[in-house]
Amino acid sequence: MISALWVMIGISLLLGTVLGYSALKFKVEGNPLAEKIDAVLPQTQCGQCGFPGCKPYAEAIAKGEVGINKCPPGGEEGIQKLADLLGVEFQPFGEGAAPKAKALAFIDEQTCIGCTLCIQACPVDAIVGAAKQMHTIISSECTGCELCLPPCPVDCISMNQVGEDIGSWKWQHPVIIPIKIAA
Amino acid sequence: MRTLFSFHGGVHPATHKAESTRTPITRAAIPSKLVIPLWQHVGNRSVPIVQVGDHVLKGQKIGRPEGKLSSAVHASTSGTVSAIDMQLVAHHSGLPDLCVTLIPDGKDEWVTHAGVDIAHTAPAELRHLLRKAGVVGLGGAVFPSDLKTDAHHHQMRTLVINGAECEPYITCDDMLMRERALDILHGAELLRELLQAEEVLIGIEDNKPEAIAAMQLAVTQAGYRKMEVLSVPTVYPSGGAKQLIRILTGIEVAAGVRSTEKGVQCFNVATAYSAWRALAHGEPLLSRIITVTGNVSHAQNFEVLIGTPLNELVALAGSQPDTTRHIMGGPMMGVDLPSGTVSVTKATNCIIASSPKLFPPPAPALPCIRCVRCADVCPADLQPQDLYWFAKSNNFGKAQEFNLADCIECGACAYVCPSNIPLVQYYRYAKSEIHARSVEKLAADKARERHDYRQFRIEREKTEKAQRLAQKERDAAAAKASFDANLAATENAQQQTINEAIERAKAQAVGTHALNTEALTPEQLAKIAAVDARRAKLHELAANAGADDEPPKS
Amino acid sequence: MFSSPFITQPNSVSQIMLRVLLALIPGIALYVWYFGPAILVSITLASITALATEAAMLKLRKRPIKPFISDNTALLTAWLLALSIPPLAPWWLIVVGTAFAIAVSKHLYGGLGSNPFNPAMIGYAVLIISFPVHMTHWLTPHAMSGVELSFIEQLNYIFNGVLPNHLTLDAITMATALDTMKTQLHLGLSVTDIRDMPIYGHLAGKGSEIVAIGFAIGGLYLILTRIITWHLPVAYLAALFATAGIFHLVDPQHYVTPLFHWFSGAAMIGAFFILTDPVTSPTTVKGKFIFAIGAGVLTYLIRAFGGFPDGMAFATLLMNICVPLIDAYTQPKVFGKKGAGK
Repeated sequence: MISALWVMIGISLLLGTVLGYSALKFKVEGNPLAEKIDAVLPQTQCGQCGFPGCKPYAEAIAKGEVGINKCPPGGEEGIQKLADLLGVEFQPFGEGAAPKAKALAFIDEQTCIGCTLCIQACPVDAIVGAAKQMHTIISSECTGCELCLPPCPVDCISMNQVGEDIGSWKWQHPVIIPIKIAA
Repeated sequence: MRTLFSFHGGVHPATHKAESTRTPITRAAIPSKLVIPLWQHVGNRSVPIVQVGDHVLKGQKIGRPEGKLSSAVHASTSGTVSAIDMQLVAHHSGLPDLCVTLIPDGKDEWVTHAGVDIAHTAPAELRHLLRKAGVVGLGGAVFPSDLKTDAHHHQMRTLVINGAECEPYITCDDMLMRERALDILHGAELLRELLQAEEVLIGIEDNKPEAIAAMQLAVTQAGYRKMEVLSVPTVYPSGGAKQLIRILTGIEVAAGVRSTEKGVQCFNVATAYSAWRALAHGEPLLSRIITVTGNVSHAQNFEVLIGTPLNELVALAGSQPDTTRHIMGGPMMGVDLPSGTVSVTKATNCIIASSPKLFPPPAPALPCIRCVRCADVCPADLQPQDLYWFAKSNNFGKAQEFNLADCIECGACAYVCPSNIPLVQYYRYAKSEIHARSVEKLAADKARERHDYRQFRIEREKTEKAQRLAQKERDAAAAKASFDANLAATENAQQQTINEAIERAKAQAVGTHALNTEALTPEQLAKIAAVDARRAKLHELAANAGADDEPPKS
Repeated sequence: MFSSPFITQPNSVSQIMLRVLLALIPGIALYVWYFGPAILVSITLASITALATEAAMLKLRKRPIKPFISDNTALLTAWLLALSIPPLAPWWLIVVGTAFAIAVSKHLYGGLGSNPFNPAMIGYAVLIISFPVHMTHWLTPHAMSGVELSFIEQLNYIFNGVLPNHLTLDAITMATALDTMKTQLHLGLSVTDIRDMPIYGHLAGKGSEIVAIGFAIGGLYLILTRIITWHLPVAYLAALFATAGIFHLVDPQHYVTPLFHWFSGAAMIGAFFILTDPVTSPTTVKGKFIFAIGAGVLTYLIRAFGGFPDGMAFATLLMNICVPLIDAYTQPKVFGKKGAGK
């Protein structure tokens, strides 16, 4: 009885030492979790999550301050990825936070007055132009965040949905016919 | 005799090649209109350089290559451009793409063209000419040939010329080899020179004895020393580039590896032929041999202008009323065409008119029973039954781990599956999803970088502004400080002068005192002492009265 | 959606399973020849039960009945189970076993293609654990007992438990060759003495050895027609032979010959028909070898040292558990990634 107790104490001491040692030895610097989360986020920098950009949101998730369902551009798949990464349950989108189809901003160059307000709003520098000069969107850089829409004083920016062409076309999931018969 | 290698698996579907090899290649008549897609090759879509209403000549360039990975598109005959718009094209998606519609004038009038002296032209120039002539891989992959003829400084051992043509029904390469062997060999020699390869191996499946004989005869006639025609066993997919390279050289080229890194490159016989026509005769890629077979009254091969509408072509072979759809390519990897109005492209090697009798609709799928018939036939040594689960459940990471990228989409797995599972369709789905995700990921990484840079820039601007402000303040402070310092310095100097004067006066006083107090008599000394004592008393009084330590006045 | 390939090989799960059923017929014919038609009764009973259970389960699971019921897999399970239990066993035994095999070990795990264990072997394991006594009354070959029950008499016993007046159960049944060997060895007899007993023939049990040859012939047919590959049967029989051979060489008086092991019990039917169930065996070639060798060694160990006379069923089930692990660790190298040489 006593010897068993000693053995148990011995084992726990040994394991404790090993754990403590490895905690010091294999300590991970920085906050890799936030970076991993940031890698999953779609980087639209749209702020729909309530944070100024994807990284701050990633950091907030890493600290556990906010839910994982605040990113509409990431879609449900994005939530699923975050859930897998963090080992938490999938959370559906809240009211009015459903993802939209991917769209790119487009400036109506006839209406644009060259105020530069949208340039200042664009989180990824995808708008070129100068004061009193017409502005235009670099569509390959546009993330579709819509942050340029509110500042425009003449409402000359619209969101154009990205259509499918034979370059972006994808194969569909094949449907197996006898999955389930209607009950 | 050279030893051949073999690849794992493969299947032996009924070939159905005899139907379309009975008559020689016929030149198809110029159709009533040509719809020429501007995107017929791997890479970027060509940019149209003609306007609606322009009159163009046969062989005139109508689309210029855009970017490095692209190719040119030409008018297949002379006529008038009637539209440049979106038309249905021969593609799996059934989506429209940008096409140039040409109404032929019937004169078939050539643009001025001439071949080059290949022996005395620089390789880089020859490659440029291939690009300008719109020569792309005609085996079906339509990869721009100019890029494939660049060995990237690798030592090239073997150039493989692919005449295997393993897909059922297709006989266009077979007939081309039978009838135009010599031009193919000239093209092969030209490609070998461009690649600086040591030898040329021409692989032809042993179910085409006429083609093998014709090619062997041509090699003897042409007297090419480093060229060998090899008969390879008939097994699908021996005509896959990787599989044929494996059969002929024993080299395996994995996914994501350039075959030139392994010292080998592969071209289709029709590509070799077109490359020769382009360089030696200055003829851009305007037509190709197409097998029209299946549910038609007399299947045969035609030389068809690129852009010919499908209906007009199939009519030449005798279309049947019960034809429900058309397949471009073979029954294993072909494309179900969205409509009979699409036009043939550089990728069209075969048109199969299909009826439900010929290709019955697939039976409903049952669950996988893990019988591994698919793994037994997979030419890429994959485990299709595992990949199926991963693709079905959208577990793309796992699918990649199990080397989905190495799948060549030959369809052998789906062909043998006793449960009728559309296996290759799952892999195509998974591969296109993985591709789309990697594109998204790249875009996200770029957006992150741009956002981070923007943050950095805003931060830097803020700091710079702050620094400028700080500098200004510091400057102002410094100016004030130096004024104060000057003031202080002036005052100090005055003080100094005063002090110096005092010192001088002191010293004088001491000196004077010393002069007139030498050699005094004791009486005089006593007198002085008395005077000093008095003075001291006076001093004491003065000090008591608040007077400071002024030097004693003499 | 219609997409390539547009042609398929004319084969289907139901054709494959039909071929396997056909391949069982030589063995069954010899069975009837030596032991009378009772086995046909149990096969029929098992088949009816299997199809009824399959249909009921498909209905409960809201799956289409026709494509699944016609895939012949339930029939195959029924036949294999019927062949593993004594033909004279009461009718409810085979019904309970088959129903359990189909309902629990197949459909509760997700139906065709999803069951981790061989359903027939699960049925057998359930029966031998739950009703051990009923599972030991094997028929004695006619030639030996001198008694030949008529078909009606066998039916009467299976359904009513009534034997003709002058007979006892012991007169027409016996323990199997493996069972007798095990019991007698425990009693201290040597292998030579035991083999002299009348129930033994040239290779193993009289009659049953010939039936085993019948199954082997059916198995060879399956290999020749490429329904199954040679890997599993060959590796299994080789492993069984090697293990038995080593023990036999060390002590021939305690350990019977490898050939005896091959031709007794479920070794032959197991090698060709049970291990080769694609759903519950590994998919890789290397994995198949590991699986079959493991099953062969386990069969021998259970036979020689375990509590049951035959080890085929438990060896199969034990190796079934390992299949996902075996598959995961035996993934072959893919095209272009095999390294230099070759």
